[in-house]
Amino acid sequence: MFELLGIPPQALFGQLLLGLINGSFYAILSLGLAIIFGLLNIINFTHGAQYMMGAFAAWMLLNYLGIPYWGALIVAPIVVGAVGIVLERLLISRLYHLDHLYGLLLTFGLALIATGVFRNFYGISGLPYGMPSQLSGGQNLGFMFMPNYRGWVIVASLVVCFATWFIIERTRLGAYLRAATENPTMVGAFGINVPRLITLTYGFGVGLAAFAGVLAAPIYNVNPNMGADLIIVVFAVVVIGGMGSILGSIVTGFGLGLIEGLTRVFYPEGSAVVIFVIMAIVLLVKPAGLFGRTV
Amino acid sequence: MSAVSEAINLPSANASHEMGMSGLHKAIFAALLVAGLMAPFVLYPVFVMKVLCFALFACAFNLLLGFGGLLSFGHAAYFGGAAYASAHAAKVWGFTPELAILTGTLGAALLGAAIGTLAIRRQGIYFAMVTLAFAQMVFFFSVQAPFTGGEDGIQSVPRGLLFGFIDMRPDLNLYFLVLGVVFLGLLAIYRIIHSPFGQVLKGIRDNEARMTSLGYRVNRYKLAVFTLSAGLSGLAGATKAIVFQLASLTDVYWTMSGEVVLMTLLGGMGTVFGPIVGATVIVSLQNYLATFGDWVTIVQGVIFVVAVLLFREGIVGVIAKLIRKPL
Repeated sequence: MFELLGIPPQALFGQLLLGLINGSFYAILSLGLAIIFGLLNIINFTHGAQYMMGAFAAWMLLNYLGIPYWGALIVAPIVVGAVGIVLERLLISRLYHLDHLYGLLLTFGLALIATGVFRNFYGISGLPYGMPSQLSGGQNLGFMFMPNYRGWVIVASLVVCFATWFIIERTRLGAYLRAATENPTMVGAFGINVPRLITLTYGFGVGLAAFAGVLAAPIYNVNPNMGADLIIVVFAVVVIGGMGSILGSIVTGFGLGLIEGLTRVFYPEGSAVVIFVIMAIVLLVKPAGLFGRTV
Repeated sequence: MSAVSEAINLPSANASHEMGMSGLHKAIFAALLVAGLMAPFVLYPVFVMKVLCFALFACAFNLLLGFGGLLSFGHAAYFGGAAYASAHAAKVWGFTPELAILTGTLGAALLGAAIGTLAIRRQGIYFAMVTLAFAQMVFFFSVQAPFTGGEDGIQSVPRGLLFGFIDMRPDLNLYFLVLGVVFLGLLAIYRIIHSPFGQVLKGIRDNEARMTSLGYRVNRYKLAVFTLSAGLSGLAGATKAIVFQLASLTDVYWTMSGEVVLMTLLGGMGTVFGPIVGATVIVSLQNYLATFGDWVTIVQGVIFVVAVLLFREGIVGVIAKLIRKPL
């Protein structure tokens, strides 16, 4: 086998694959954050907790109701999305007339509650969640060994990301949504129920986070803290990419995942901070973000 | 940002244009000093020192949020960073406590200047995310750096001899040093708020575009207040490291950044005395709930939600409204 700069190819491609998987979570989560921010004008700090809740929902569905992975992939986002809709109606909707910062503080409080509750009942050691039997094993691609499940995560994430892009950019519902992002009052004047659109958007964004959580459950353990550190990296991803563009969020998410994977191969000590360093560089060179429109 | 002015759009914001300290404020500072001198004989001194350190931390944070209108979600970086710096200075370099604290404070101010330079390039919600992300970077650095001791932190930091001859090991001796440091820190913050510089800050908070058009270099003021706030947070963190003889990852983690936001919000952002009240309430709460494990997190989350939805002026903000005087 050939070697690249002294790195065995299995290690290199293995880390790149892991980078792509992390990148797909960055992409789905930053996409949800961007959609929610576009319409609600709040940064949803609960997003990481909702990702964690998606993974827990999958675990609970399996262990309490016997619903396997494939069912959880559909049911968990709906359940967690519904919880999100209740929160939006009861609490978050009371803050729309205030500054964005209050939304950040409120959702931060909600994230603390969710994390605390799950830590209290399930501990912090993490619960194992087996991968579906159809996706066990792997393929030998010649240059590397590709576990089937990891390949599935990347494919599923790409499909969900582009489905979201399609809904928002190419359907009538998406057109309402884009219009309401630009000018909610005018859209309301045309007879469209904007508050309901906002609620559904929040539910959809939360559902995306929960979907990512279910995808992550077999790879990482189901753990109450799994969302907390991830969401901060996703914030950095959002700052780097800017929240103006759907495709921008997807490209930035996957790209940064890959860069993180490469860093893990060539300079492992830097892998935890590389995204923050890139954020610093972007802030110096193009403060609005790579795909950002406003400052 | 209108966030803060909306919440404190009452006497506190408007009536503070007189430069001298009002009689009421003098009385409150005097009462605080008397209470501080008596407290260690009534309560456990280490607990009171913890309250004092967090009161200073919250007031330093409030200088940035309440008067500069900038929500930093990463103040743990300066608090915890200074704790590491002072612990290292005291333990490895053998500095006396006052020099160790000074080292931590300066280190935090430098870190604040560096992060602030980048963070002020974005505004509002992005500013909060950028500061949080950089603080997480400092956290990861602290996990890996050789001198921070990783998961263990820097333990058994010597309290040392103040100025080289006053033994700081007895809690009461150290207590009066901490009280002095914190009280001077609070007076410095009061002076900054009520200086011409502070007036410009409030102008930027309420209407940045107008201050720019009046010829103020807005970004310089933002960076200055960010650096001051980081340095004073560092003063609090460095002092805490000497008190507990420990600098650990808890001090640089994002939960610490959240706690200082909560203290300020609960006490009343944009008020002079609110963060002191907020810090006292939260530290006491943590103390009483310490045996209940994760309930601390849940209760803090509930307080956040309730404070944002129903109680945006905070405790002191509500009192100020009732007595119609700025506090």
